[in-house]
Amino acid sequence: MVIERDTSPGAPYLRIAGLTKTFGAFTALKDISLEVYQSEFICCLGPSGCGKTTLLRCIAGLDIQTSGRVEQAGRDVSGLPPSERDFGIVFQSYALFPNLSVFKNIAYGLENRRLGKAEVRRRVRELLELVGMPEEVQKYPAQLSGGQQQRVALVRALALSPGLLLLDEPLSALDARVRVHLRHEVRGLQRRLGVTTIMVTHDQEEALTMADRIVVMNRGVIEQVGSPIEIYREPATAFVADFVGTMNFMPAVVAGPNRVRLGRIELECAGGLDGAIPGARVTLALRPEDVAVRNVASDGVNGFAARIVDMEFLGSFYRVQLAADDIDKSRITADLSINDVRDLSLARDMTIAVALPRERIRVFAGG
Amino acid sequence: MNSFRFALIAAALLAAAGTGTAHAKTDLLVYTAVEADELAKFKGAFEKANPDIEIKWVRDSTGIVTAKLLAEKANPQADIVWGHAATSLLQLVAEGYFQPYAPKGVEKLSPKFVDQQHKPPLWVGQRAYAASVCYNTVEGKKKNLPVPTSWQDLTKPVYKGSVVMPNPNSSGTGFLDVSSWIQIWGEQKAWKFMDGLHENIAWYTHSGSKPCKQAAAGEIPIGVSFDYRVVKSIEEGAPLKLILPKEGLGWELEAFAIVKNTNKLDAARRLADWTITPEAMKLHAPGYSMVALPGVPNPLKDFPKLEDKMINNDFAWAGTNRERILKEWQRRYDAKSEKK
Amino acid sequence: MRAAVVVLGLWLLAAVIVPLYVLLSKSFQAKGGSFIGLANYVEYFSTPALFYSIYNSLTIAVISTVITIALAFVFAYALTRSCMPGKAFFRGAAFVPILAPSLLPGISFVYLFGNQGMIKELLMGHSIYGPIGIVMGEVFWTFPHALIIITTALSLSDSRLYEAAVALRASRLRAFFTVTLPGAKYGLLSACSVVFTLVITDFGVPKVIGGQYNVLAVDVYKQVIGQQNFEMGAVVGMVLLLPAVIAFIADRLVQRKQIALLSARAVPYEPKPNKALDSSMFIFCTVVSILILGILAAAAFASLVKLWPYNLTLSLKHYQFDLMDGGSWGAYYNSLKMALWTAVVGTAVIFSGAYLVEKTKGFGRTRSFVQFMAIIPLAVPGIVLGLSYIFFFNDPANPFHFIYGTMAILVICTIVHFYTVAHLTAVTALKQLDPEFEAVSASLKVPFYKTFARVTVPVCVPAILSISIYLFLNAMTTVSAVVFLYSPDTALASVAVLNMDDAGDIAPAAAMAMMIVYTSAGVRVLHALATRGIARRTQRWRTR
Repeated sequence: MVIERDTSPGAPYLRIAGLTKTFGAFTALKDISLEVYQSEFICCLGPSGCGKTTLLRCIAGLDIQTSGRVEQAGRDVSGLPPSERDFGIVFQSYALFPNLSVFKNIAYGLENRRLGKAEVRRRVRELLELVGMPEEVQKYPAQLSGGQQQRVALVRALALSPGLLLLDEPLSALDARVRVHLRHEVRGLQRRLGVTTIMVTHDQEEALTMADRIVVMNRGVIEQVGSPIEIYREPATAFVADFVGTMNFMPAVVAGPNRVRLGRIELECAGGLDGAIPGARVTLALRPEDVAVRNVASDGVNGFAARIVDMEFLGSFYRVQLAADDIDKSRITADLSINDVRDLSLARDMTIAVALPRERIRVFAGG
Repeated sequence: MNSFRFALIAAALLAAAGTGTAHAKTDLLVYTAVEADELAKFKGAFEKANPDIEIKWVRDSTGIVTAKLLAEKANPQADIVWGHAATSLLQLVAEGYFQPYAPKGVEKLSPKFVDQQHKPPLWVGQRAYAASVCYNTVEGKKKNLPVPTSWQDLTKPVYKGSVVMPNPNSSGTGFLDVSSWIQIWGEQKAWKFMDGLHENIAWYTHSGSKPCKQAAAGEIPIGVSFDYRVVKSIEEGAPLKLILPKEGLGWELEAFAIVKNTNKLDAARRLADWTITPEAMKLHAPGYSMVALPGVPNPLKDFPKLEDKMINNDFAWAGTNRERILKEWQRRYDAKSEKK
Repeated sequence: MRAAVVVLGLWLLAAVIVPLYVLLSKSFQAKGGSFIGLANYVEYFSTPALFYSIYNSLTIAVISTVITIALAFVFAYALTRSCMPGKAFFRGAAFVPILAPSLLPGISFVYLFGNQGMIKELLMGHSIYGPIGIVMGEVFWTFPHALIIITTALSLSDSRLYEAAVALRASRLRAFFTVTLPGAKYGLLSACSVVFTLVITDFGVPKVIGGQYNVLAVDVYKQVIGQQNFEMGAVVGMVLLLPAVIAFIADRLVQRKQIALLSARAVPYEPKPNKALDSSMFIFCTVVSILILGILAAAAFASLVKLWPYNLTLSLKHYQFDLMDGGSWGAYYNSLKMALWTAVVGTAVIFSGAYLVEKTKGFGRTRSFVQFMAIIPLAVPGIVLGLSYIFFFNDPANPFHFIYGTMAILVICTIVHFYTVAHLTAVTALKQLDPEFEAVSASLKVPFYKTFARVTVPVCVPAILSISIYLFLNAMTTVSAVVFLYSPDTALASVAVLNMDDAGDIAPAAAMAMMIVYTSAGVRVLHALATRGIARRTQRWRTR
């Protein structure tokens, strides 16, 4: 699937075409094509084993693709060893050299460039100031906190001013608070330097908050490429819908043009049924926060009566499990604001009117 | 500081001088089974007479030297084999290991010391040593053991567990014992004797000198070894007595032979020539029953006259039958501990 | 890097596989070199004197293993699970046998339990020359090897399991059988296989004290050195290879099962004082240590006595090796030289080899083949390796023939002989490094060898140092492989011990053995000091 985006200026900085990688009988990447533009922040998102790390390693030349091409800045780098490509990389483990001080770690690549000592020192100080830790030059990695280690790894990768920054789950080894903080820091740094970045992650929240575009991968293929809002609002496949965010999936049958039957209820939907034959099985998908309870009637459009089976208080909202007599088996999860719950005095075992907004329902083929 | 620097310079000069002379000398690689404590005197005397040659010894027991020579037969390392059991040399003669050479003065030697089958000879004997028995007087008294006077005495039950002899499969001395018994009594009687002896043997040793050294240390009262070893141990203060069994003594020659493809032929021949000079023969004599050049006396005072007791040893026979005898011996005795 | 892996593979092929193949093919040949199939084997199995040795070897190996493991387990238990005093001393005493050639206990027993032995009455009329002496010597010699493995296994235990046992009201005994033993199971099995292999392939102890009790390792020596029957030597070598290979495979299988017994979160066990346990353990360890040091002391004393047992004045005359058959001070210096070369070259080759195997990307089949070849030497008895080296390197057609009879062949053979343990030590250390160091340096445009020198080697300094001392000590004490390979110019101290004992010069043999012990101990101490110094400089980063 090649996504052409006319909005981005100029030719793509990185072009991946028909990339396939097999390990023995196992196919890690299947005919992957992707274009990344200058200064973009791309997140590769997917469950473990989906091929996202392999894709990153192929871009870096750490794994050699079985077939396909990688072009960077108009140059075909497919056959080049990592040392002849232009990238910086941060691994989940950071791979900081444990026996070298922070200074020596960052200077590692610079020293090899035969830069003068003063020049190296200046550059290292500059880089450390970038991440706000100019005091720590003489410490060893083991003496730093996880977040500090991550920052050092990041500036080490940036030391040679690479054209491409590759991040392999760089935040997943950190605890939750530091992780959230570092998301902003990494993104801010990337914006300031304007370095084209590809980050691999399995954390959808990370991808949604950080990326310009998200590449969702599954079983070696790209499921969808799009902006975070597109991925969230308009998942192209059931897999994306399921993987990103929480989603209600409900088996239904096509009843007519833009109409489906869910249990004994007939629902209208806004699209996704073009060319579907009545009687065909489909799956409806709806975000919990899209379930409407205010100003709806059980006999209104897409409305029905449902009983509150369970309520879970999650701080800023309630997660409510709904069961409807007209919809046999499937429960519907609804995220209701505290205001909704208070204003409607919702409680367990209450029966209330619920509506599924037609423009929020997504329909996927198959049951 | 100054003296230290001087020492450095001096050492450097010495080293330079050392390498200088070493370059002029020919290294002669000599494989030998002569006991270590004698080697220095032979080397010193020879190199004094031949300052341009330096002897490099490869010294080990008879079996090991032979094994080494055989292992290297595709590409011999030795220049000359010297002071090695004649029986073992014959084994190598069969492999075509040597080249003929008649050293200067060979005609003056006793004929039984010179290879009679080849002219010029492939090997020349240096001296002879004889099988003999040592008896530890202290331990013997403790255990009330009578002093044995004959080989047959050693089969008496009173000596059970009190005798040690070398394993003929690994020791030249051991083979010398076995082959001489067969030559004295004939096969049948000799094996019967050995069956009886086996009953009394505490253990067989790998080397020919070990039985007497163990007897010297009181580890065992009686050892079957050879004359030189016994005399040597007595000299060192061990309470030993040399016994010459009355049936006769097996004996063996120490001999030399020049290796076929040596590229140090001249040096090897000069060692051969020197070995049978009267001066060298005098060095050979101490502690040994007989040397190749007649009339050279044994300087050790107490050394008994062995010559009359020495049997008429047939080296050629021993050489050709060696493997068969050893196999038979191994079949009969080598698994001693299992037969109990 | 791939080219380097290929070079490494070829070197292992030439140094391990091909010589063994040559040995194997030799066992199918008649004296002249013609192929005779299994005839040599038929002859072997129809000669009772020869094949009885299989039974003897197995008996000795099994008995020695049982005794050694039992003693080592209690000793290790005392070191790790009790609060007895003097642990450092006991640890040191138990380590002593590693410093000595396996010939030493045999020599010492002659003086202690021989017919003129100081305390021969303890044997109650039994002869030390034979199975009793062999087993005692092997237990002495293999004890530290077993102890190291079992101590490691026992110290890898999770105290939370014991807390759970206490919470469930299990008795101390029950906890021992349900927590301690199962936890140490793999360590025990591994120690068993190591001791079994060491004993069945050892040649030093039975050579000196075995009397007429034939075992396989000595048979190889007798066939080759005594009877010049190389073909039969090859056959016995192949027979000897079999039990060693079986023990080796068993150990590999056990190792494979042992995965992450200890989670990263385990809390190390801290023993609590227990008067009865601590004092009984203290007594046990004292007795064992006295036995070990006593055996050493007996050899030291014997080497100083003029003429045992008739003249007990002390003298250094037995240290005049130049006057002895088979020994010389030259041999001692050769041993030092050989051990140093082995330690330096061996450590460099083995560590770089492990690095290549561990860190090269892709190239899977070649790498696992190289890995496999690096493991093989563990299963090859030294005496078999030495024999195969004669056949292989003394063939004039062999392009490497020129190293025959030189110091180089001794060094190569010794490196190969002790390759596996050193290799595994290196691999373990390398596995602890982040696998992405090479990727990071590539991205920073730094060639891999610079990272090897600046990061990999400095981080692995402790492992590198322990490999070097392991190689040095083993090179100092080994007899089995080199006994076939030394030349007059390269005679070794350990071989001199063997030859002097063979010639009956047991006091000089004891003296030379003690020289080896003194040297090994001295080098061990120097090494410990140096390690501390180097570690202080290179391992600062480990402190938080």
